[in-house]
Amino acid sequence: MSDRTDARGWLVVPAVVIVGVLFVYPVAWLLVRSVTEPQLGLQNFTKLIEAPVYLKALWNTIIISGAVTLLCVLLGYPIAYAMAHAGEQLRRFLIFIVLIPFWSSILVRTFAWMVLLQQKGLINKTLVEYLGLLETPLTLIYNRTGVLIGMSHILLPFMILPLYAVLSRSDPSLTQAAASLGAPPVRNFLRVYLPLSLPGLLAGSVLVFVMGLGYYITPALLGGPGDTMIAQLIEMQIADFGDWGLAGALAVILLLGTTTTFLLVSRSLIEGVR
Amino acid sequence: MSALSSDRLWPWLRACLCLAIVIFLIFPMVIVVIVSFSSAPFLTFPPPGLSLQWYRKLASLPVWFDAISTSAMIMIPSALIATAAGTAAAVGLARGRFPGASAIASLIMAPMVVPVIITAAAMLGVFRSWGLQGTVLGLILAHATLATPYVVFTVLAAMRLVDQQLESAALTLGATHWRAFWRVTFPLILPAVLSGLLFAMVISFDELVVSIFLSSPTVRPVTVQMWSDVRGDVDPTIAAIGALLLAFSIGVLLLETVLNRQRTHPFAARAEETATQAAP
Repeated sequence: MSDRTDARGWLVVPAVVIVGVLFVYPVAWLLVRSVTEPQLGLQNFTKLIEAPVYLKALWNTIIISGAVTLLCVLLGYPIAYAMAHAGEQLRRFLIFIVLIPFWSSILVRTFAWMVLLQQKGLINKTLVEYLGLLETPLTLIYNRTGVLIGMSHILLPFMILPLYAVLSRSDPSLTQAAASLGAPPVRNFLRVYLPLSLPGLLAGSVLVFVMGLGYYITPALLGGPGDTMIAQLIEMQIADFGDWGLAGALAVILLLGTTTTFLLVSRSLIEGVR
Repeated sequence: MSALSSDRLWPWLRACLCLAIVIFLIFPMVIVVIVSFSSAPFLTFPPPGLSLQWYRKLASLPVWFDAISTSAMIMIPSALIATAAGTAAAVGLARGRFPGASAIASLIMAPMVVPVIITAAAMLGVFRSWGLQGTVLGLILAHATLATPYVVFTVLAAMRLVDQQLESAALTLGATHWRAFWRVTFPLILPAVLSGLLFAMVISFDELVVSIFLSSPTVRPVTVQMWSDVRGDVDPTIAAIGALLLAFSIGVLLLETVLNRQRTHPFAARAEETATQAAP
């Protein structure tokens, strides 16, 4: 290759400047606050460990993200499976169906759940008035249930798409071979199909879990006081208390959480393949 | 259960399950649209009748008009900046040869990976001291930063599919690098560039978290206006604005699909890439 080909590398400069100045520098500035404000030291982190409010929120964050990941696996697998094995037209239709929520504003979707889950919302009306299954309406909003339903709905496409990518490339001859050797459908699925889809399942789970850790809008609108997550704490520290040190410390923890999840999983995958 | 009946039951069960999940995915959006046409004076479902009253109310309130025009004023420049910078970076990453290229690629992709609440808090902290907080310019720059990695991703995927030999052929025939790029490579990646532009537009228009932190009472994009209303007294006006937001993003998605009918969807490709990276 000639030198002039190399020169095209300079085209990355505008994007690097934009991301460097407007993103990397601010994030670094925020993370540094955690050990410099109000003075140099680890006081913000000790404050976090000592206050049950903060520990509760950290715990909530992990539990909610974990539960949402599990729900997305359960809801995402059948759809991804159907997409991978459907005919061309149905496949296109399903991809489009999955992409619509993927594209729609998180706020609008969360608002939709506010309408559906409220005391006199469609779900309660159906259960109480139309079907008469219940005497009193269920409390589905401003609690954990609301957060889990809303977040699973919003994060589901991030489970389906990587899973679909792996399933659509899986070799049908393997399950056919197992079937011809007499494996019943359920065992064939559990012993042959499922293990083959593990990379997609893991990629989707990591994506959903990590995105769940930093969620702000949905828990803020659908959750109750007991469902505060780490992102809401960060917002509160800044908007209500102006405590940039504590906000920085929470940001450090959130960032550590997301990066360790990524690293742990890519490592376990490498070992799993070996 | 005998093998015969489970053979019959399986596909049927699977179809029902899938239908239920498809409804779960789509239903909430349908509800918003239906409620926005409600004739009831308050938020209720199913609505007793249909009317356009909430859209009329929306049009009569200057606060929403201001919010929509603020959003448009932010969206157009930020999408253009992101598309220009992102396309250039994608070409640079695909064709340039320089040390640390993969590190630079991860740097550019970082805004896509870091939780947006951190980005929002960080930008507020720094933009305040630069006098950018609560300004349209601040929001333009913030949204451009958020959207750039998506453009890079989309265009980079297309660049990898372009046969380098086409460009080499143009060079052999005496074209300059500049001309070979614009006349040969660029037309080939143009659909991806347009997709990138559309993504950037939707990212800006639907963005909420960073906008909450960087907006002010006078500079308020439509999502932030909706956010503050949702937390107060919820009425079907919000459903009307929500339906408009949905119409915008789904319209753009349709446009993108028509534009790239042959190509696999970049986000499906992205998911695939994530999966392959995770599984070495």
